[in-house]
Amino acid sequence: MSVQESKTIMQGTHLKQHYEVSQGFFKPKGLVKAVDGVSFTVQAGKTLAIVGESGCGKSTLARQLTMIETPTEGELSFEGSNLLTLSAEEKRKARQRIQIIFQNPYGSLNPRKKIGHILEEPLKINSDMSAAERKERALYLLEKVGLKTEHYDRYPHMFSGGQRQRIAIARGLMMNPKVVVADEPVSALDVSVQAQVLNLMMDLQQELDLAYVFISHDLSVVEHIADEVMVMYLGLVVEQGPAEKIFANPQHPYTRALLSSTPRIDPEHRIEKIRLEGELPSPLNPPSGCAFHGRCPYANERCKGERPQLLETPNGTLARCYGVEEDRLDYLQAVLA
Amino acid sequence: MSLLSIKNLSVTFGTGENPFRAVDRLSYDVNAGEVLGIVGESGSGKSVSSLALMGLIDFPGKVSADELAFEGKKLLAMKEKERRKITGDEIAMIFQDPMTALNPCFTVGNQIMEAIAVHQGGSKKERKAKAIELLRQVGIPAPETRISAYPHQLSGGMSQRVMIAMAIACDPKLLIADEPTTALDVTIQAQIIDLLLELQRKKNMGLILITHDLALVAEAADRVVVMYAGQVVESGPAEEVFHNPSHPYTEALMKSLPESSEGKDRLDALPGVVPGANDRPNGCLLNPRCPYATDQCRAQEPELTEQGNRSVRCFFPLTNREDAA
Repeated sequence: MSVQESKTIMQGTHLKQHYEVSQGFFKPKGLVKAVDGVSFTVQAGKTLAIVGESGCGKSTLARQLTMIETPTEGELSFEGSNLLTLSAEEKRKARQRIQIIFQNPYGSLNPRKKIGHILEEPLKINSDMSAAERKERALYLLEKVGLKTEHYDRYPHMFSGGQRQRIAIARGLMMNPKVVVADEPVSALDVSVQAQVLNLMMDLQQELDLAYVFISHDLSVVEHIADEVMVMYLGLVVEQGPAEKIFANPQHPYTRALLSSTPRIDPEHRIEKIRLEGELPSPLNPPSGCAFHGRCPYANERCKGERPQLLETPNGTLARCYGVEEDRLDYLQAVLA
Repeated sequence: MSLLSIKNLSVTFGTGENPFRAVDRLSYDVNAGEVLGIVGESGSGKSVSSLALMGLIDFPGKVSADELAFEGKKLLAMKEKERRKITGDEIAMIFQDPMTALNPCFTVGNQIMEAIAVHQGGSKKERKAKAIELLRQVGIPAPETRISAYPHQLSGGMSQRVMIAMAIACDPKLLIADEPTTALDVTIQAQIIDLLLELQRKKNMGLILITHDLALVAEAADRVVVMYAGQVVESGPAEEVFHNPSHPYTEALMKSLPESSEGKDRLDALPGVVPGANDRPNGCLLNPRCPYATDQCRAQEPELTEQGNRSVRCFFPLTNREDAA
């Protein structure tokens, strides 16, 4: 894939999102570092997957990319222009090119509006198309996502979960975006329907040269769809790199734990389990040093004291781990031997 | 004798000429110390069948069965009061969403002690000691203090551990876990499944694991039952069913997993959706979605037929075809 020349369409540099949280009347305000210095690039027509458990900051990042939330720090550029310094009018234009699909298709479609209305609303607000042109575009996209034109006049409750997610995808495509941020788009769907929707997303990507930012906790789905993967833990990127490399030889113990915890049908696909103890620590009071050290079977004194940096690994990915730096992780040595 | 034996269990809703069969002639056995996985998509009747087992189907739902026996005792013939002695004590259930299954108004200790009080009694002090011991068994750190925590103070994984503690409070012989990890993150899911299997082995319980996650069943279960639109389409030893599926639906489910399509651009998706209450087709329920369907499949409904240690509901089981080929 690296042979093909690909164009960077979106770039984030050291994005941070900090929230002040009230902890009580007389207590000092706490600071939640939901996203704490994340950098990435999105290539045109490619998929960047963001993986992590709940509370790792992946959805906050999605809100930053779609400009729902303004980052506390950092830079975000889209097609060469800095999104954070644009004027209101330019921002409005840029927003049309970056769309989002939400997780729950039962919650993201207004039950009181017909599908046609839901699809045309973005055009009404953002374009000066006539009613006939809007309808034409809506019908075109309905067919594109595998629905029928007669569905135009129906209400969301008349559709199944998979069909609703198709409608949500069609709505996301109405403004002809370049980047689609998909926040857990298939996790509410059944396996057989999930496969249909994933196929649809991949077809649309090829046809319309879309870039996806695909947020998911399901690694088997990510493995299938992603070109680049970014694994997050407690607001930080712990491992980042090309999907094949990360799945073939995960470096960071957390990535490895995630991979080994994902159930597999074929025993050959199963790797030796790394069982993590405990749960995600509170982001209000994150551990010192490496945020992962409390759950990491390989942690030592250094991990408890200092925070590791995101550095290049022999595998060609980036990882934030002293164990990788010092080359003392037994699974990595086993691969070499 | 098997621990639980079900023959032709049906659950119907609605009256009149054409009531909706949420579960249609379901049959399976569970032995002590065995893990049975029930897989299916939403609407396949897997949860309703376990609710029926626990006696939790209310009017207008109707439960009927040729046999529904726990250790030889017929559950449907029992009086409500007698049956309640068995459910919750010898048969326990863990529900899907721990955040809503726990009562937010009481401490977790209180809720665990309630289960003990109903079935075993004992003084308050004894019950509290038992509750602390149970919390320790399910791996909750500092159980002495956690016992007075309210559910909102616990994370999802911890709440699910509390649910498990409650379920095993009376040393059940059969544990039904209905999507026990669906609401949890993968690393927490792995912890909970490990815990369930460890308890199951230690106590030699029968465990029914109901889930939509095929891979999870493949890793954990001894035997598996695949359900589609209220019916069993295939059952048998987990390894055989997953490596050599006999029913086209099982095969399609396996193929639609991203894991099975490595290196391919597209997933082999099964077209269409599970039929709902009003649009069940004639003949085999899978026929509109099945790539192998023939005229016979569209006209007649196949029966569940046994083939050695496996059963399949299909006129043309895939395993037979391969033999012939």
